[in-house]
Amino acid sequence: MDLVTLLQILDSSVRLAIPLLLACLAGLYSERAGIFDIGLEGKMLVAAFAAGAFAAVSGSVWVGLLAGIGASLMLSAIHGIASITFRGNQLISGVAINMLASGLTVLIAQNWFKQGGRTPALSGEGRLSPINLPFADMFESIPLFGPTYKELISGHSLLVYVAVALVPITWWILYRTRFGLRLRAVGENPASVDTAGVSVVRLRFAAVAICGILCGVAGAYLATGLQAGFIKEMTAGRGFIALAALIFAKWRPWHALYACLLFGFLQAIAVRFQSIDLGGVVIPVQFMEALPFILTVVILAGFVGRAIPPRAGGEPYVKER
Amino acid sequence: MTLMKTLMGAAAAIAMTAGAAAAEPAVIFDLGGKFDKSFNEAGYNGAQRWAEETGGKYLEIELQSEAQREQALRRFAEAGANPIVTMGFAMTTPIETVAPDYPDTKFVNIDGWANLPNVLTISFAEHEGSYLAGVMAAEASESGTVGFIGGMDIPLIRKFACGYAQGVKSVNPDATVISNMTGSTPEAWNDPVKGGELTKAQISGGADVIFAAAGGTGVGVLQVAADEGILSIGVDSNQNHLHPGKVLTSMLKRVDVAVYNALTAGADLETGFKNLNLAAEGVGVAMDDNNAPIVTAEMTAAVDAASAAIIAGDVVVENYADAEACSVLDF
Repeated sequence: MDLVTLLQILDSSVRLAIPLLLACLAGLYSERAGIFDIGLEGKMLVAAFAAGAFAAVSGSVWVGLLAGIGASLMLSAIHGIASITFRGNQLISGVAINMLASGLTVLIAQNWFKQGGRTPALSGEGRLSPINLPFADMFESIPLFGPTYKELISGHSLLVYVAVALVPITWWILYRTRFGLRLRAVGENPASVDTAGVSVVRLRFAAVAICGILCGVAGAYLATGLQAGFIKEMTAGRGFIALAALIFAKWRPWHALYACLLFGFLQAIAVRFQSIDLGGVVIPVQFMEALPFILTVVILAGFVGRAIPPRAGGEPYVKER
Repeated sequence: MTLMKTLMGAAAAIAMTAGAAAAEPAVIFDLGGKFDKSFNEAGYNGAQRWAEETGGKYLEIELQSEAQREQALRRFAEAGANPIVTMGFAMTTPIETVAPDYPDTKFVNIDGWANLPNVLTISFAEHEGSYLAGVMAAEASESGTVGFIGGMDIPLIRKFACGYAQGVKSVNPDATVISNMTGSTPEAWNDPVKGGELTKAQISGGADVIFAAAGGTGVGVLQVAADEGILSIGVDSNQNHLHPGKVLTSMLKRVDVAVYNALTAGADLETGFKNLNLAAEGVGVAMDDNNAPIVTAEMTAAVDAASAAIIAGDVVVENYADAEACSVLDF
């Protein structure tokens, strides 16, 4: 394998990993605060739809991005009200959000644009354009570093750099700020947070809102960055792979980055080589596609260290019994 | 009580007028809606063509949910509509349930497999249309490498791929066909992002024309192909307009022809199984103003020659569905 092919695969890995990373970080905030969220998929989907629709109508990708975040926040609010205010089952609320999103997006898209549940193709300002970092051409002649810088690091859209920057930011927020300490505490032992005089409900709503914003960015990136418009069910299970990555990363920000890059890399390999011939043993493409889930099960089963979720995860907080 | 009687009488009168308006054909559009830019819209165009040419009228309904399938069939059959044309394989089971109750009504099942005396089941020779698409791809390719991106890995899509590869090899025996399937679950029909990545991978593998038979995923393939400056080939309905001048052609499934023929035949419709092949104009490649600048005279000539040879029986396109195998392409 030469350098060019390797760079292309890595480039493809980055593109495939970024939506996963954004959704994974979204889930991280929510689950660290004790709110399980299997509605990541649905939130990404409505965000992708809203971003595609509003970018098409307004002609501006930034309007689309805001609309995507707004739509995703709305579903977050539903999840928050159902599972925090009314102490409902978080998993059921998440499933409901996924169903709602998959039906609602197609219905509105069909009614609005009459293109079979699709939004019009975006062009020009309606799409996120790649950013060429400075010196990309100047460095090109430098062996190894030059092409890597030009092909792999430069030439992605803004949201890719934002997503990567969010990893250290998330780490800093979680482990170096008062808000982060409280957020983690509310996922482990909400009663102690409450005893300290901090509102559990407010903290959890904040976490769910951050989750909504990040899912919104992820969906908008799918519809306006990677593609040029919304197509029904276009998230294609990425929300669930992000959840798998979150478990794989054991709810830690840096590990989430590694997990998402690994899963992105596996997908990129599966896209590039349909079957891999390893000296007589042929690995079918289906195996590569299933690998993220197999790895997650292996982690969950405790073969490679144990994945322990936040202790109060999934349980609504009741102040007095 | 009198009010009740009046109401019942009115209902009966309406039912009778509905019965009297009989012998009009009916078209049932599936969940996608009749303006879905694809399958259903093709059916709608065929029905409209019939209505304009004959001045006839047809009853229609756009289904809104799964539960309406059987209901709609029964209502049209009760109203005396004949024939009742339905769109898509999903109508097969409802037709199998309803058709035996109305032996005098004829039903049309497009892309399905219903086997009843009063049902006409229509299938398409996708491999022949794909063969023509392959001929055009090979003519247009400068690198000698062309691509195929399928949706979900099912025999029908392999039929497309196999026909396409045969068409390519008929023009250029040394050509390379890179074939990828998007996935093995139904999600593969709606993953434009993965379709785009597959396109990029095939481009770096040297492909300069890519045929997408992948539903919503195909939209992503066409988009990336246009962005990267290579040619693509659409599927099912005419997708040339999606990126004018960058979509080489579209492999058409002439659902409009099927609907038009059924409506023209009216109540005298011949039931049984019908395969709409190239000779019956059931499949073909789309030529319009959008792709006219990139279609050369050689391409047109090659397609016409191949088409004539298939119709005459000089060239037999191998159908993947027959042997579950393809001689020119490995899956």
